[in-house]
Amino acid sequence: MSHATGRQYLKPGVLPHMWCPGCGIGTMLGAMLRAFEELQYSRTETVVVTGIGCTGKLDDYLLTNALHTTHGRALAYATGVKAFKPSLNVVVVMGDGDSVTIGGNHFIHAARRNIDVTAIVLNNYNFGMTGGQASGTTPVGSFTSTTAWGNPERQFDVCALADTAGANYVARTTPHHAWEMQGIIKRALVKKGFSVVEVVSPCPAHFGRYNDMKETPDMLRWLRGQAVPVETYRTLSVAERQTCFPIGCLVDRSEPDFNARYESLRTRATSN
Amino acid sequence: MGKLGNERGAVAGRNFIPSQLLQGNLAIAEGAIYAGARFYAGYPITPSSEIADEFAARMPKSGGVFIQMEDEIGSIAAVVGASLAGAKALTATSGPGFSLMQENLGLAVMGEVPCVVVDVQRSGPSTGLATKPAQADIMQVRWGRHGDQSVIAVCPATVHECFTLTVQAFNFAERFRVPVIVAADEIVGHMRENVVLPAAGEIEVLDRRSPSCAPAEYLPFKPGGDGVAPLAAYGSDYVTHVTSSMHGLDGYSNNDPANAAWRVRQLHEKIERHRDEIVLTGFYGEEDAEVLIVTLGAPTRAARAAALEAGAAGVKVGVLQLQTVWPFPDKEIAAAGRNARMVVVPEMNYGGQVAGEVRKIFGPSVDIRNVNKYNGTIITPQDIIDAVAGVGGAKG
Repeated sequence: MSHATGRQYLKPGVLPHMWCPGCGIGTMLGAMLRAFEELQYSRTETVVVTGIGCTGKLDDYLLTNALHTTHGRALAYATGVKAFKPSLNVVVVMGDGDSVTIGGNHFIHAARRNIDVTAIVLNNYNFGMTGGQASGTTPVGSFTSTTAWGNPERQFDVCALADTAGANYVARTTPHHAWEMQGIIKRALVKKGFSVVEVVSPCPAHFGRYNDMKETPDMLRWLRGQAVPVETYRTLSVAERQTCFPIGCLVDRSEPDFNARYESLRTRATSN
Repeated sequence: MGKLGNERGAVAGRNFIPSQLLQGNLAIAEGAIYAGARFYAGYPITPSSEIADEFAARMPKSGGVFIQMEDEIGSIAAVVGASLAGAKALTATSGPGFSLMQENLGLAVMGEVPCVVVDVQRSGPSTGLATKPAQADIMQVRWGRHGDQSVIAVCPATVHECFTLTVQAFNFAERFRVPVIVAADEIVGHMRENVVLPAAGEIEVLDRRSPSCAPAEYLPFKPGGDGVAPLAAYGSDYVTHVTSSMHGLDGYSNNDPANAAWRVRQLHEKIERHRDEIVLTGFYGEEDAEVLIVTLGAPTRAARAAALEAGAAGVKVGVLQLQTVWPFPDKEIAAAGRNARMVVVPEMNYGGQVAGEVRKIFGPSVDIRNVNKYNGTIITPQDIIDAVAGVGGAKG
């Protein structure tokens, strides 16, 4: 049996894609489309919602329904789609700027509301499209075009934020773990409620260049060196955890999603 | 809504049409539901909150959805998302929230997404005289978004019009694939009047046109003969690609200058070529008026009272009410003022936002007088009479 390629969802004639050499977005796109295929998603029943920035350009490659939105607001648009038509597969693809910088409010409220959409967050620690500025995930002390002397601010942990705010499913992966990424995205898509997959990705063109990682493999090795399976991570001391991050499924719970709760209040309202 | 609804009642063997004492904001909610609205996303703000309250209570019973979002930015975004999933959708807010909505309202213009936004205008700038009435958002309604864009806006002056113009707002949104703004004001929104609401079927309700071509042929941004493209809902047999970026007929990004120029023109022309159908006005008083009052929203009521009083004193006064404010009713104003030596424009703002547009219509021989009030109080008939008598319009 041949395995999924995801090509049925890919717009013909769009390759090679626009992203820089070494960027993780293409790997993530491939993993997502293969997951669609394995789940037999139909193009008409699937809506991919994107924000703005490098990751936000992803809808240009798709043959599914799509909604390319404004910066940071993709989750709010997706909430309207899913709340009105729960039968649709709604997938939101955002960068770290969209998800937890300009759009942080929508992110925590989508998690609190437990809206049944899957948010794939491509975190490359900076704003790539605008030339490599600091975002809400830029590590403290690291360099970007707007933190020329080192970032004075601390970074968000995307997964911890999603966990605390109430997401049903939270996982992290990297483009180095592309095969696992496909499985993680698939599980996130299947999961009812708000699911978050953080893809920690290289950005050699900007973040790497500013932080002494000259070549693409340098940055990939830097990420791989920090990525520790969550089972191992949990055995580490607090001090050891400072130099790494866990990958794999971090949160998996089954709280009722927004539509399920809304359906039950509909029943109450109509029986009154 | 009152328990009577639109049902016909019977007393002593006689059928009668029940009236009800209804608040303007609730009439807006009734009008929206009459028009088929089944999705509301919003964030609380006075003086619009009664509309949200009504939808929160009603939607679960009618198969619709009410969702309270985290802010007004998210509210209009959810409305656009639901509309693309096939809903007739709306949100309601006031000045501060309306300001927050502008960027995503621009996406609704660019993506040609039908939706309705109710702005129950209140005093500003910023928090202003929370939450006293104003009409200082008239230009924000038209120009609040960046870039070249065009929208439609209506402006009710009575509780009954809150209902009927909201139905029209949905009809315009659906027919022309454009956001429509109901520019109400705190006075009209919070006023209660005895009304008989239209029965089902009494006002025509329009739905967006769906494509009829084969799914593979569908181009979501290819205009039909009327300049408006059919719109398929997410989850139908058609795939719909919508983007905030400049796009081609297929809805995918397209940076070609010729396409961009065509697209910007099309966004304007689909409204301009139907402006006679969109522009709604009311006229009261003398047809060949020597004094024309051009008015909208709550000051319409003062204008009508002033016209009666001036008429009794022998001055021929006409009142033209702009029920549609955008596209601007320039032809209608010119026609109503063809014999006028004076045009008076009362509005609850400092700058004379409507008066400025009226000035573009008339030559220097016509005396245009602003009557502006911006202290959170209502424009009175006397304020207008003073302006006509040349003792100066109300200030402050």
